[in-house]
Amino acid sequence: MTHTPHRLEVENANIGYGDKIVINDLSFQVPPGARVAVVGPNGAGKSTLFKALVGLLPLESGRILIDGESLGAYKDCIAYVPQREDVDWRFPVTVNDVVMMGRYGQIGWFSRPSSRDKQIVDKSLEQMGIADLSNQSIGKLSGGQQQRAFLARALAQEPHVLLMDEPFTGVDVTTQEVTFNLLDHLRKREVTTLISTHDLNLAASRFDLVLLMNHRLIAYAEPSLAFQQQNLQEAFGDSLLIMKDGTMLVEEHHHYHEELK
Amino acid sequence: MNWLLEPLAYEFMQRGLLASIIVGVLCAVMGTYVVLRGMAFLGDAMAHAILPGVAIAYLFRGNLLVGAGIAAVVIALSIGFFSRQGQIKEDTAIGILFAAALALGVALISTMQTYAVDLSHILFGNVLGVGTSDLLLISLLSIAILLTVWAFYKQFLVISFDPVLAATLRLPVELLRNLMLVLLALTVVVSLQTVGVSLAAAMLVTPAATAYLLTRRMWPMMVVSALIGALSSAIGLYLSYYLNIVSGSAIVLTATVLFLLAFLWKRMKSV
Repeated sequence: MTHTPHRLEVENANIGYGDKIVINDLSFQVPPGARVAVVGPNGAGKSTLFKALVGLLPLESGRILIDGESLGAYKDCIAYVPQREDVDWRFPVTVNDVVMMGRYGQIGWFSRPSSRDKQIVDKSLEQMGIADLSNQSIGKLSGGQQQRAFLARALAQEPHVLLMDEPFTGVDVTTQEVTFNLLDHLRKREVTTLISTHDLNLAASRFDLVLLMNHRLIAYAEPSLAFQQQNLQEAFGDSLLIMKDGTMLVEEHHHYHEELK
Repeated sequence: MNWLLEPLAYEFMQRGLLASIIVGVLCAVMGTYVVLRGMAFLGDAMAHAILPGVAIAYLFRGNLLVGAGIAAVVIALSIGFFSRQGQIKEDTAIGILFAAALALGVALISTMQTYAVDLSHILFGNVLGVGTSDLLLISLLSIAILLTVWAFYKQFLVISFDPVLAATLRLPVELLRNLMLVLLALTVVVSLQTVGVSLAAAMLVTPAATAYLLTRRMWPMMVVSALIGALSSAIGLYLSYYLNIVSGSAIVLTATVLFLLAFLWKRMKSV
């Protein structure tokens, strides 16, 4: 190999559903271990991008490479933490069951979990501080605990790339901090993370890179460069409000305000 | 004890009881997926959609079960085909195919002259008419279906609970989904003879829904559901013998009573 491949490369990707293209000609590269905030207004195509990265949505054109190989060449190298609304919380599974599912990629088709799988699950539960909840039904947990269960699952998957869809919406501060602790831990293991968020403050303060998009790439840079007024205006249009003191606010459709100093 | 043994003096009752219990267990296990994946409508549709297959088999004097089986598999795969990639929603695809198959089945049957008895057996089941070869076919199909569920337990759990995870694990989600539909179709076919197509949907949903109230993990839910299915079938058949009512109805009504008991128990416990 002549060069070190980027962890994740998206090249001229057009992504959509049938005739409807949601994302136009998107290209970006993420180095190993980087933490990227994916920011854009509602309906900008953030979830669509994640679906394509996961392999749920085929590209209309272009390609996605992980460690220089096309998507699907490696098994379970991508972990995905779904949005709260996308999970059936009444499904009869315990926390332990959910986390063990993260190991299913490594367990053979017709085999049972090995003792190593069980160890990894226990360790992941411990790391997320929910070892004592392991036999609880997933539906009985608080919102923050549920999110930690899914984080533990992602951890048990031992991924190269972690995708999280809006993990900071509607969770308590503890869970937010536990999430960032996990992210710091994953960075040490060179796990690349892409996280969609509405919270511009968090994106600006706790991420290496910001990918600002609205159906196409608007900016992909360090937060201070990406969040220039011109870029934000391009991404958010009329919902961007600029205060007298220079503070920028993004007004969402559901009257949800985020602030950026 | 005599009342328990008396019906079993007849060989057709022995076969009937065995067939009902096997079907009860099979429906209850597949019903777990029906309940958890919200496929109750599909189960009902599938049961009616096998009518043209049965009618054609009848016209050509073939085996009714085989005709029903072919029709069910064709319908299951068509639903998968039309709703793939979200071109139309799954329940829309089901609605269209269900109605079309039912219409075709009735059209075919209306060309016959002596269909009344057989049609009522198809619709409501005729557990006392289960022959030795039928019993063998029911047993073999049930064992095959249950073994498949056992083998693919992990994969079916993931595609039911979290299809996105299934995609990231690079599972062949489409293939697994179709396999599940085929298993469901075969289950409906097997239950044709004991509860009939009209009541098969109830045997898919009711025991599993009862088990859902009583358990909190997938594996125990399946086991409890199977027990409830078997119990409903046995009690139902005895009721049918002593009260002289149609066996399919007796079985479904027993399952419904067990559901109501579980529902009330759960209510009282949570107060």
